[in-house]
Amino acid sequence: MSRISNEEVARIAHLARLELSANEIAELAGEMEAILGAVARVQEAAKSDVVPTSHPLALVNVTRPDVVRPSLTPESALSGAPASEENRFRVPQILGEEA
Amino acid sequence: MLSYEEIIEKYEPALGLEVHVELGTKTKMFCGCPTEFGAEPNTQVCPVCLGMPGALPFVNERAIESTILIGLALNCSIAPWSRFARKNYFYPDMPKNFQISQYDEPICTDGYLDVEYETPEGMKTFRIEIERVHMEEDTGKSLHVGGATGRIHGAEYSLLDYNRAGIPLVEIVTKTVLGTESYAPQIAKAYVKELRDILRALGVSDVKMEQGSLRCDANISLSPRGSGKLGTRSETKNVNSLRSVERAITSEMHRHAQRLEAGERVVQETRHFQEDSGTTRSGRSKEQAEDYRYFPEPDLLPVAPSAEWIEQLRAQLPERPSAHRARLQQLWQVPDKEMAAMINAGVVGVVEETVAEGADPTKARTWWLGEISRVANEREVEVVEMPITPKDVAEIIALVAAGDLTDKLARQVVEGVIAGEGNPAEVIAARGIKVVSDEGELVAAIERAIAAQPDTAQKVRDGNIPAAGALIGAVMKDTKGQADAARVRELLLGLLGQS
Repeated sequence: MSRISNEEVARIAHLARLELSANEIAELAGEMEAILGAVARVQEAAKSDVVPTSHPLALVNVTRPDVVRPSLTPESALSGAPASEENRFRVPQILGEEA
Repeated sequence: MLSYEEIIEKYEPALGLEVHVELGTKTKMFCGCPTEFGAEPNTQVCPVCLGMPGALPFVNERAIESTILIGLALNCSIAPWSRFARKNYFYPDMPKNFQISQYDEPICTDGYLDVEYETPEGMKTFRIEIERVHMEEDTGKSLHVGGATGRIHGAEYSLLDYNRAGIPLVEIVTKTVLGTESYAPQIAKAYVKELRDILRALGVSDVKMEQGSLRCDANISLSPRGSGKLGTRSETKNVNSLRSVERAITSEMHRHAQRLEAGERVVQETRHFQEDSGTTRSGRSKEQAEDYRYFPEPDLLPVAPSAEWIEQLRAQLPERPSAHRARLQQLWQVPDKEMAAMINAGVVGVVEETVAEGADPTKARTWWLGEISRVANEREVEVVEMPITPKDVAEIIALVAAGDLTDKLARQVVEGVIAGEGNPAEVIAARGIKVVSDEGELVAAIERAIAAQPDTAQKVRDGNIPAAGALIGAVMKDTKGQADAARVRELLLGLLGQS
């Protein structure tokens, strides 16, 4: 099992523009390692005759026809948003980007 | 600073083009929300495209078919089995915090597109190899509030409209293109133009660059000749017209050369094209692919088109634009040079539509390549972006043929339509344009001209026919250009005993 390093956590935190203290980073590294460790136990069950898959169903080409279905109203769409303005979702300042 | 010629002498340009095209499906890629352009904010959204917990994506069959059609038209292999992948990133333009895309298993691979370009040494064909064509979904639109000129930098907060989030998007990526040499900027433009024509012919997108349904990211690098390896590339985004493709690449070639000449290195980064200055500005430095933490999309099943499905789609392919043009050239009997001029000006399609509206091919070609191209050049826009339709041009040609307009008046009508004064009939009514066809009025004007220039009139009577030009000119001036010059000449020569 691979270890989740503090550097790994810090790098992902930076991508998410999250400011974490050294203590928080160390704590999260431990938690992430425990989560991944639990998931990794699947490896033990997977024998060499089990083909890797991204989906349990043996189906392909599950599609829908190109037919319009009703959308939400803007009021309904925005009803759960912490903030909105001019029928748009309002989000905090976007950091570390230039466009 | 090196001149363009010196740059080409010292460096070899390598191109790479990524084109994103929004499909013209009625609904989004993974939900039934409509895809109308310009709708009120957040009126075309649902739990799926808003990334609500528990909502599951459901693939649009038409979008898959459109992508396969694009792959076939670009001579690609269609993968018998392909999957969607999650591209994870932290940015609010996708409410899910990831974009569904394709990563290592794209649906179409290894194709090519032949681009014809008229060089000073004659027409040349450049083969642009296609690496992949894959499916993904478009992102929402952000509005940055509180900063200067709507940019993120300095903004206090941003507003998101998710109408566009989830619209089917197809990305077409070329392999590295070498060998275009000094024509690199023009070939890049010609490639995007040819691709646009193909997509339009396939009917899979409205391919409007100004509305963002066709977008181009232009990669360019320069390598010192003889070095045997590629230089560091930059990727320019925000290139939203054909003309900008050419300008952006030319500008980047100069910038790269300047850095290399100064002994500096070119930084691999994303740059943004500035329409006003024609130059690029640094954007974010390119995130490494692993930062997106791609993994197979667990909410979607693989796409595995059967050979039968692919062949059904192949049978729907329209004639290739290059074959189509060759057929039109023969049908209209256009000389090679004229045809090349039409292709380079991008007017073949509009001429064809004008002919379909009943116009004579030669007349249609003359208008689009002449007056309309001239104004388009002045305005620095593509001819097809001019605010005059093939139907307008066909109407004007018909009016000239019927003798209701002279060529000169027709030019005024074209000018009026381009100026936004309405359709030809409206321009004619508003400007009071009419051919003076009242013979009495014409004869009176001719008699006035003869009386004003008795010596010239005498020369004509004596058999000096070319002298009549001055009198005809006077009559045209008298009638404010609204007379039919050919008829004036006929009447004048008759009155002076020369018919």
